[in-house]
Amino acid sequence: MNGVHDLGGTDGLGPVVVEENEPVWHAEWEKAGFGMFPFPFAAGWFNVDMFRYGIEQMHPAHYLLSPYYEHWAHTAEHYGIKAGAFDLEDLEKRTRHYLENPNEPLPDTKNPDLVAFADAAVKHGVSARRESDAQPRFKVGDRVRVRTDSPKDHTRCARYIRGKTGTVEMAHGTFVYPDSVGNGRGDDPQHVYTVRFDGTDLWGESAAEPNTTVYFDVWEPYIQPAES
Amino acid sequence: MTKSETSPSPTATVPRSEAEIAARVKALESILIEKGLMTTEAVDRFAEIYENEVGPQLGAGVVAKAWTDPDFKARLIEDGTKACAEMGIGGLQGEDMVVVENTDTVHNVIVCTLCSCYPWPTLGLPPNWYKQPAYRSRMVREPRTVLRESFDLDVPDSVEIRVWDSSSEMRYWVLPQRPAGTDGMSEKELAALVTRDSMIGVGRPKSP
Repeated sequence: MNGVHDLGGTDGLGPVVVEENEPVWHAEWEKAGFGMFPFPFAAGWFNVDMFRYGIEQMHPAHYLLSPYYEHWAHTAEHYGIKAGAFDLEDLEKRTRHYLENPNEPLPDTKNPDLVAFADAAVKHGVSARRESDAQPRFKVGDRVRVRTDSPKDHTRCARYIRGKTGTVEMAHGTFVYPDSVGNGRGDDPQHVYTVRFDGTDLWGESAAEPNTTVYFDVWEPYIQPAES
Repeated sequence: MTKSETSPSPTATVPRSEAEIAARVKALESILIEKGLMTTEAVDRFAEIYENEVGPQLGAGVVAKAWTDPDFKARLIEDGTKACAEMGIGGLQGEDMVVVENTDTVHNVIVCTLCSCYPWPTLGLPPNWYKQPAYRSRMVREPRTVLRESFDLDVPDSVEIRVWDSSSEMRYWVLPQRPAGTDGMSEKELAALVTRDSMIGVGRPKSP
Protein backbone atom coordinates (compact mmCIF):
# COMPACT_ATOMS: atom_id res chain seq x y z
CA MET A 1 0.00 0.00 0.00
CA ASN A 2 1.11 3.55 -0.67
CA GLY A 3 1.32 4.27 3.04
CA VAL A 4 3.24 6.68 5.19
CA HIS A 5 5.48 3.82 6.37
CA ASP A 6 7.11 3.89 2.93
CA LEU A 7 9.42 6.69 3.97
CA GLY A 8 12.39 6.48 1.58
CA GLY A 9 13.02 9.92 0.09
CA THR A 10 10.29 11.72 2.06
CA ASP A 11 11.34 15.27 2.94
CA GLY A 12 10.52 17.48 5.89
CA LEU A 13 10.79 15.01 8.76
CA GLY A 14 13.45 16.99 10.56
CA PRO A 15 16.86 16.12 11.94
CA VAL A 16 17.94 12.65 13.05
CA VAL A 17 17.97 12.95 16.82
CA VAL A 18 20.55 10.74 18.50
CA GLU A 19 20.15 9.99 22.21
CA GLU A 20 23.43 9.60 24.07
CA ASN A 21 23.84 6.35 26.03
CA GLU A 22 20.41 5.19 25.00
CA PRO A 23 19.02 2.33 27.12
CA VAL A 24 17.54 -0.77 25.45
CA TRP A 25 14.17 0.02 27.09
CA HIS A 26 12.80 3.49 27.73
CA ALA A 27 9.81 2.27 29.76
CA GLU A 28 8.56 -1.00 31.25
CA TRP A 29 5.66 -1.23 28.79
CA GLU A 30 8.14 -1.41 25.92
CA LYS A 31 9.14 -4.91 27.02
CA ALA A 32 5.56 -6.13 26.66
CA GLY A 33 5.32 -4.22 23.38
CA PHE A 34 8.42 -6.08 22.18
CA GLY A 35 6.77 -9.36 23.27
CA MET A 36 3.86 -8.59 20.93
CA PHE A 37 5.96 -9.97 18.07
CA PRO A 38 7.08 -13.47 19.19
CA PHE A 39 4.19 -14.66 21.33
CA PRO A 40 1.20 -13.83 19.11
CA PHE A 41 3.37 -15.02 16.19
CA ALA A 42 3.76 -18.40 17.92
CA ALA A 43 0.01 -18.44 18.48
CA GLY A 44 -0.49 -18.11 14.72
CA TRP A 45 -2.05 -14.65 14.71
CA PHE A 46 0.33 -13.45 11.96
CA ASN A 47 3.56 -14.09 10.11
CA VAL A 48 6.35 -11.50 9.87
CA ASP A 49 4.98 -9.84 6.74
CA MET A 50 1.45 -9.69 8.11
CA PHE A 51 2.92 -8.20 11.28
CA ARG A 52 4.39 -5.40 9.17
CA TYR A 53 1.16 -4.95 7.22
CA GLY A 54 -0.80 -4.46 10.44
CA ILE A 55 1.56 -1.60 11.33
CA GLU A 56 1.27 -0.12 7.85
CA GLN A 57 -2.50 0.16 8.34
CA MET A 58 -2.15 2.56 11.28
CA HIS A 59 -3.47 6.03 10.53
CA PRO A 60 -0.52 8.05 9.13
CA ALA A 61 -0.72 10.68 11.87
CA HIS A 62 -0.73 7.99 14.55
CA TYR A 63 2.11 6.13 12.84
CA LEU A 64 4.37 9.16 12.72
CA LEU A 65 3.66 10.41 16.23
CA SER A 66 3.71 7.19 18.26
CA PRO A 67 6.66 5.52 19.97
CA TYR A 68 8.04 2.52 18.13
CA TYR A 69 6.77 -0.36 20.26
CA GLU A 70 3.25 1.07 20.21
CA HIS A 71 3.33 0.02 16.54
CA TRP A 72 3.99 -3.54 17.62
CA ALA A 73 1.15 -3.52 20.12
CA HIS A 74 -1.10 -2.03 17.45
CA THR A 75 -0.50 -4.83 14.96
CA ALA A 76 -1.03 -7.53 17.62
CA GLU A 77 -4.28 -5.76 18.52
CA HIS A 78 -5.26 -5.61 14.84
CA TYR A 79 -4.77 -9.35 14.27
CA GLY A 80 -6.08 -10.43 17.68
CA ILE A 81 -9.39 -8.75 16.90
CA LYS A 82 -9.35 -10.23 13.40
CA ALA A 83 -8.75 -13.70 14.82
CA GLY A 84 -11.70 -13.23 17.15
CA ALA A 85 -9.49 -13.63 20.22
CA PHE A 86 -11.05 -10.53 21.81
CA ASP A 87 -12.99 -7.45 20.81
CA LEU A 88 -12.11 -3.78 20.90
CA GLU A 89 -14.66 -3.07 23.61
CA ASP A 90 -12.99 -5.57 25.96
CA LEU A 91 -9.57 -4.11 25.24
CA GLU A 92 -10.75 -0.56 25.89
CA LYS A 93 -12.52 -1.55 29.10
CA ARG A 94 -9.34 -3.18 30.36
CA THR A 95 -7.31 -0.18 29.21
CA ARG A 96 -9.49 2.16 31.31
CA HIS A 97 -9.08 -0.18 34.26
CA TYR A 98 -5.28 -0.20 34.05
CA LEU A 99 -5.22 3.55 33.45
CA GLU A 100 -7.00 3.93 36.80
CA ASN A 101 -5.00 1.14 38.45
CA PRO A 102 -1.57 1.34 36.83
CA ASN A 103 0.14 -0.65 39.56
CA GLU A 104 -2.24 -3.58 39.57
CA PRO A 105 -0.15 -6.64 38.82
CA LEU A 106 -0.89 -8.88 35.85
CA PRO A 107 -1.86 -12.51 36.47
CA ASP A 108 1.27 -14.35 37.54
CA THR A 109 0.79 -17.53 35.53
CA LYS A 110 3.81 -19.71 34.81
CA ASN A 111 4.56 -21.62 31.66
CA PRO A 112 8.13 -22.87 31.23
CA ASP A 113 7.36 -23.74 27.60
CA LEU A 114 6.89 -20.06 26.76
CA VAL A 115 10.19 -19.13 28.39
CA ALA A 116 11.89 -21.93 26.48
CA PHE A 117 10.21 -20.68 23.31
CA ALA A 118 11.68 -17.20 23.84
CA ASP A 119 15.18 -18.66 24.08
CA ALA A 120 14.70 -20.95 21.10
CA ALA A 121 13.23 -18.19 18.92
CA VAL A 122 16.20 -15.92 19.57
CA LYS A 123 18.71 -18.69 18.96
CA HIS A 124 17.25 -20.23 15.82
CA GLY A 125 15.08 -17.51 14.30
CA VAL A 126 12.49 -18.13 11.64
CA SER A 127 13.97 -18.40 8.19
CA ALA A 128 12.04 -16.92 5.28
CA ARG A 129 13.94 -19.09 2.79
CA ARG A 130 11.85 -21.60 0.87
CA GLU A 131 12.87 -24.23 -1.62
CA SER A 132 11.65 -23.67 -5.15
CA ASP A 133 12.28 -25.29 -8.51
CA ALA A 134 11.80 -21.97 -10.28
CA GLN A 135 14.86 -20.97 -12.30
CA PRO A 136 16.01 -17.39 -11.72
CA ARG A 137 15.08 -15.07 -14.59
CA PHE A 138 17.92 -12.66 -13.80
CA LYS A 139 21.62 -12.92 -13.04
CA VAL A 140 24.27 -10.68 -11.53
CA GLY A 141 25.12 -7.86 -13.92
CA ASP A 142 21.68 -7.67 -15.58
CA ARG A 143 20.17 -4.23 -16.05
CA VAL A 144 16.63 -4.26 -14.68
CA ARG A 145 13.76 -1.84 -14.31
CA VAL A 146 11.39 -1.92 -11.35
CA ARG A 147 7.74 -2.28 -12.28
CA THR A 148 5.45 0.61 -11.48
CA ASP A 149 2.58 -1.36 -9.90
CA SER A 150 1.07 0.24 -6.80
CA PRO A 151 -0.67 -2.57 -4.92
CA LYS A 152 -3.17 -1.43 -2.32
CA ASP A 153 -2.11 -4.08 0.17
CA HIS A 154 1.26 -5.27 1.53
CA THR A 155 4.36 -5.01 -0.64
CA ARG A 156 8.07 -4.40 -0.07
CA CYS A 157 8.47 -2.59 -3.37
CA ALA A 158 9.08 0.92 -2.07
CA ARG A 159 7.74 3.84 -4.08
CA TYR A 160 11.12 5.50 -4.51
CA ILE A 161 12.47 2.61 -6.63
CA ARG A 162 9.38 2.03 -8.79
CA GLY A 163 10.11 2.67 -12.46
CA LYS A 164 13.83 3.08 -11.73
CA THR A 165 16.61 1.23 -13.50
CA GLY A 166 19.47 -0.51 -11.73
CA THR A 167 21.91 -3.42 -11.90
CA VAL A 168 21.57 -6.82 -10.24
CA GLU A 169 24.45 -7.12 -7.76
CA MET A 170 23.56 -10.30 -5.86
CA ALA A 171 21.20 -13.23 -6.24
CA HIS A 172 20.07 -14.69 -2.92
CA GLY A 173 17.84 -17.64 -3.81
CA THR A 174 14.15 -18.07 -3.07
CA PHE A 175 12.19 -16.64 -0.15
CA VAL A 176 8.56 -16.21 0.85
CA TYR A 177 6.96 -13.45 -1.21
CA PRO A 178 5.68 -10.58 0.97
CA ASP A 179 3.07 -9.52 -1.59
CA SER A 180 1.49 -12.95 -1.11
CA VAL A 181 2.34 -14.11 2.41
CA GLY A 182 1.82 -10.66 3.96
CA ASN A 183 -1.66 -10.57 2.53
CA GLY A 184 -2.58 -14.02 3.81
CA ARG A 185 -2.22 -15.73 0.45
CA GLY A 186 0.54 -18.28 1.13
CA ASP A 187 4.34 -18.38 0.76
CA ASP A 188 4.58 -18.25 -3.08
CA PRO A 189 8.44 -18.38 -2.98
CA GLN A 190 10.26 -16.03 -5.37
CA HIS A 191 13.87 -15.26 -6.18
CA VAL A 192 15.36 -12.32 -4.32
CA TYR A 193 18.04 -10.06 -5.81
CA THR A 194 19.96 -7.05 -4.59
CA VAL A 195 19.73 -4.25 -7.15
CA ARG A 196 22.13 -1.33 -7.18
CA PHE A 197 20.72 2.10 -8.07
CA ASP A 198 22.78 5.20 -8.70
CA GLY A 199 21.69 8.16 -6.62
CA THR A 200 21.27 10.22 -9.78
CA ASP A 201 18.85 7.64 -11.22
CA LEU A 202 16.74 7.85 -8.07
CA TRP A 203 16.76 11.58 -7.36
CA GLY A 204 17.97 13.26 -10.55
CA GLU A 205 21.25 14.97 -11.41
CA SER A 206 20.47 18.14 -9.52
CA ALA A 207 19.16 16.63 -6.27
CA ALA A 208 21.36 13.54 -5.80
CA GLU A 209 24.42 13.76 -3.57
CA PRO A 210 27.65 12.96 -5.40
CA ASN A 211 28.92 9.40 -5.60
CA THR A 212 26.10 7.70 -3.72
CA THR A 213 24.32 4.44 -4.49
CA VAL A 214 21.40 2.59 -2.96
CA TYR A 215 21.24 -1.20 -2.74
CA PHE A 216 17.67 -2.47 -2.53
CA ASP A 217 16.42 -6.08 -2.35
CA VAL A 218 13.66 -7.00 -4.78
CA TRP A 219 11.60 -10.12 -5.33
CA GLU A 220 11.61 -11.27 -8.95
CA PRO A 221 8.04 -10.11 -9.76
CA TYR A 222 9.10 -6.52 -8.92
CA ILE A 223 11.52 -6.28 -11.85
CA GLN A 224 11.71 -6.67 -15.63
CA PRO A 225 14.62 -6.49 -18.09
CA ALA A 226 15.60 -2.85 -18.52
CA GLU A 227 15.30 -3.04 -22.30
CA SER A 228 11.69 -4.22 -22.40
CA MET B 1 -26.97 12.61 14.74
CA THR B 2 -24.60 12.91 11.83
CA LYS B 3 -22.01 10.26 11.22
CA SER B 4 -19.20 12.45 12.51
CA GLU B 5 -20.96 12.69 15.88
CA THR B 6 -21.35 8.95 16.28
CA SER B 7 -17.96 7.77 15.00
CA PRO B 8 -14.96 9.74 16.19
CA SER B 9 -12.28 10.64 13.67
CA PRO B 10 -9.52 8.01 13.47
CA THR B 11 -7.10 10.46 15.01
CA ALA B 12 -9.38 11.71 17.79
CA THR B 13 -7.67 9.59 20.43
CA VAL B 14 -4.08 9.71 19.20
CA PRO B 15 -1.31 10.38 19.84
CA ARG B 16 -1.73 8.77 23.21
CA SER B 17 0.00 9.80 26.40
CA GLU B 18 2.71 7.54 27.79
CA ALA B 19 0.26 6.45 30.55
CA GLU B 20 -2.43 5.62 27.99
CA ILE B 21 -0.02 3.56 25.89
CA ALA B 22 1.23 1.71 28.97
CA ALA B 23 -2.35 0.92 30.04
CA ARG B 24 -3.38 -0.24 26.56
CA VAL B 25 -0.34 -2.50 26.18
CA LYS B 26 -0.97 -3.89 29.65
CA ALA B 27 -4.62 -4.52 28.74
CA LEU B 28 -3.55 -6.42 25.64
CA GLU B 29 -0.95 -8.31 27.65
CA SER B 30 -3.63 -9.31 30.19
CA ILE B 31 -5.72 -10.80 27.38
CA LEU B 32 -2.76 -12.75 25.99
CA ILE B 33 -1.93 -14.04 29.48
CA GLU B 34 -5.49 -15.18 30.08
CA LYS B 35 -5.45 -16.99 26.76
CA GLY B 36 -2.24 -18.76 27.76
CA LEU B 37 -0.23 -17.22 24.91
CA MET B 38 2.09 -15.15 27.05
CA THR B 39 3.38 -14.86 30.61
CA THR B 40 5.12 -11.91 32.26
CA GLU B 41 7.99 -14.26 32.92
CA ALA B 42 8.37 -15.12 29.22
CA VAL B 43 8.15 -11.44 28.24
CA ASP B 44 10.83 -10.57 30.77
CA ARG B 45 13.06 -13.36 29.48
CA PHE B 46 12.69 -12.26 25.87
CA ALA B 47 13.49 -8.66 26.83
CA GLU B 48 16.38 -9.64 29.06
CA ILE B 49 18.13 -11.52 26.27
CA TYR B 50 18.49 -8.29 24.30
CA GLU B 51 19.38 -6.31 27.38
CA ASN B 52 22.17 -8.55 28.61
CA GLU B 53 23.10 -11.26 26.13
CA VAL B 54 22.58 -10.30 22.50
CA GLY B 55 24.04 -6.92 21.59
CA PRO B 56 26.73 -5.13 19.59
CA GLN B 57 29.49 -6.78 21.62
CA LEU B 58 28.80 -9.90 19.55
CA GLY B 59 29.23 -8.09 16.24
CA ALA B 60 32.35 -6.42 17.62
CA GLY B 61 33.84 -9.86 18.27
CA VAL B 62 33.15 -10.89 14.69
CA VAL B 63 34.77 -7.71 13.34
CA ALA B 64 37.85 -8.14 15.52
CA LYS B 65 38.26 -11.70 14.33
CA ALA B 66 37.93 -10.57 10.70
CA TRP B 67 40.63 -7.93 11.31
CA THR B 68 43.08 -10.49 12.62
CA ASP B 69 42.26 -13.58 10.57
CA PRO B 70 42.24 -13.06 6.77
CA ASP B 71 40.75 -16.51 6.11
CA PHE B 72 37.87 -15.80 8.47
CA LYS B 73 37.36 -12.40 6.87
CA ALA B 74 37.13 -14.01 3.43
CA ARG B 75 34.52 -16.46 4.76
CA LEU B 76 32.61 -13.64 6.44
CA ILE B 77 32.34 -11.64 3.22
CA GLU B 78 31.50 -14.79 1.25
CA ASP B 79 28.72 -15.93 3.62
CA GLY B 80 28.05 -13.79 6.67
CA THR B 81 25.52 -16.17 8.19
CA LYS B 82 27.82 -19.17 8.01
CA ALA B 83 30.90 -17.34 9.29
CA CYS B 84 28.99 -15.89 12.26
CA ALA B 85 27.64 -19.37 13.02
CA GLU B 86 31.25 -20.53 13.46
CA MET B 87 31.30 -18.21 16.49
CA GLY B 88 27.91 -19.39 17.70
CA ILE B 89 26.24 -16.17 16.52
CA GLY B 90 23.00 -16.12 14.57
CA GLY B 91 19.25 -16.52 14.91
CA LEU B 92 16.27 -14.21 15.04
CA GLN B 93 16.41 -11.34 12.52
CA GLY B 94 19.75 -12.56 11.27
CA GLU B 95 18.75 -15.81 9.60
CA ASP B 96 20.48 -14.54 6.44
CA MET B 97 23.23 -12.00 7.01
CA VAL B 98 25.42 -10.19 4.50
CA VAL B 99 28.47 -8.33 5.76
CA VAL B 100 29.62 -5.44 3.57
CA GLU B 101 33.18 -4.20 3.84
CA ASN B 102 34.33 -0.60 4.06
CA THR B 103 37.45 0.21 2.03
CA ASP B 104 39.42 3.31 1.06
CA THR B 105 36.93 3.88 -1.77
CA VAL B 106 33.63 2.56 -0.39
CA HIS B 107 31.69 3.49 2.76
CA ASN B 108 28.63 1.36 3.58
CA VAL B 109 25.65 2.27 5.75
CA ILE B 110 22.43 0.40 6.55
CA VAL B 111 18.83 1.56 6.81
CA CYS B 112 15.32 0.14 6.54
CA THR B 113 13.04 2.66 4.83
CA LEU B 114 9.93 0.46 5.07
CA CYS B 115 10.12 -0.59 8.73
CA SER B 116 13.12 -1.11 10.99
CA CYS B 117 14.97 -4.26 9.85
CA TYR B 118 18.29 -4.63 11.63
CA PRO B 119 20.71 -7.53 12.30
CA TRP B 120 19.72 -8.44 15.87
CA PRO B 121 22.19 -11.35 16.39
CA THR B 122 25.24 -9.14 15.92
CA LEU B 123 24.01 -5.65 16.81
CA GLY B 124 21.16 -6.28 19.27
CA LEU B 125 18.02 -4.15 19.03
CA PRO B 126 18.23 -0.94 17.01
CA PRO B 127 18.53 2.45 18.68
CA ASN B 128 15.48 4.74 18.46
CA TRP B 129 16.96 7.03 15.81
CA TYR B 130 17.37 4.07 13.44
CA LYS B 131 13.61 3.40 13.68
CA GLN B 132 12.48 7.00 13.42
CA PRO B 133 11.04 8.59 10.27
CA ALA B 134 13.86 11.14 9.88
CA TYR B 135 16.64 8.56 9.51
CA ARG B 136 14.56 6.18 7.39
CA SER B 137 13.41 8.88 4.99
CA ARG B 138 16.68 10.75 4.57
CA MET B 139 19.43 8.13 4.56
CA VAL B 140 18.67 6.94 1.03
CA ARG B 141 18.32 10.48 -0.34
CA GLU B 142 20.99 12.50 1.44
CA PRO B 143 23.36 10.12 3.23
CA ARG B 144 26.30 12.54 3.19
CA THR B 145 24.27 15.26 4.87
CA VAL B 146 22.79 12.92 7.50
CA LEU B 147 26.19 11.40 8.32
CA ARG B 148 27.78 14.82 8.65
CA GLU B 149 24.97 16.62 10.51
CA SER B 150 23.77 13.94 12.89
CA PHE B 151 26.79 11.69 13.29
CA ASP B 152 29.70 14.06 12.72
CA LEU B 153 31.01 11.71 10.06
CA ASP B 154 32.52 13.34 7.00
CA VAL B 155 32.88 11.00 4.04
CA PRO B 156 34.83 12.64 1.19
CA ASP B 157 33.07 12.82 -2.18
CA SER B 158 35.81 10.62 -3.62
CA VAL B 159 34.50 7.75 -1.45
CA GLU B 160 31.32 6.08 -2.72
CA ILE B 161 28.56 5.84 -0.15
CA ARG B 162 26.56 2.64 -0.49
CA VAL B 163 23.26 2.70 1.35
CA TRP B 164 21.80 -0.74 2.01
CA ASP B 165 18.03 -0.53 2.32
CA SER B 166 17.07 -3.75 4.13
CA SER B 167 13.87 -4.42 2.21
CA SER B 168 14.04 -8.24 2.24
CA GLU B 169 14.89 -10.73 4.99
CA MET B 170 18.61 -10.38 4.20
CA ARG B 171 20.24 -8.52 7.06
CA TYR B 172 23.15 -6.27 6.10
CA TRP B 173 25.78 -4.89 8.40
CA VAL B 174 29.13 -3.21 8.00
CA LEU B 175 32.68 -4.46 8.44
CA PRO B 176 34.47 -1.20 9.30
CA GLN B 177 38.11 -0.52 8.44
CA ARG B 178 40.65 -1.42 11.06
CA PRO B 179 41.95 1.77 12.67
CA ALA B 180 45.57 2.80 12.24
CA GLY B 181 47.95 2.21 15.12
CA THR B 182 46.45 -1.12 16.13
CA ASP B 183 49.24 -3.41 14.96
CA GLY B 184 49.88 -6.20 17.40
CA MET B 185 46.67 -5.67 19.35
CA SER B 186 44.81 -8.79 20.42
CA GLU B 187 41.36 -9.72 19.16
CA LYS B 188 39.92 -8.78 22.52
CA GLU B 189 41.60 -5.36 22.53
CA LEU B 190 40.43 -4.73 18.97
CA ALA B 191 36.84 -5.73 19.77
CA ALA B 192 36.74 -2.97 22.38
CA LEU B 193 37.33 -0.43 19.59
CA VAL B 194 34.38 -1.61 17.51
CA THR B 195 31.26 0.47 18.11
CA ARG B 196 27.68 -0.31 17.23
CA ASP B 197 27.59 2.80 15.04
CA SER B 198 30.62 1.63 13.07
CA MET B 199 28.75 -1.57 12.18
CA ILE B 200 25.66 0.43 11.10
CA GLY B 201 27.94 2.67 9.08
CA VAL B 202 27.21 5.96 10.86
CA GLY B 203 30.51 6.00 12.72
CA ARG B 204 34.07 4.74 12.70
CA PRO B 205 35.71 2.42 15.23
CA LYS B 206 37.42 4.10 18.15
CA SER B 207 41.12 4.89 17.90
CA PRO B 208 43.42 3.07 20.31
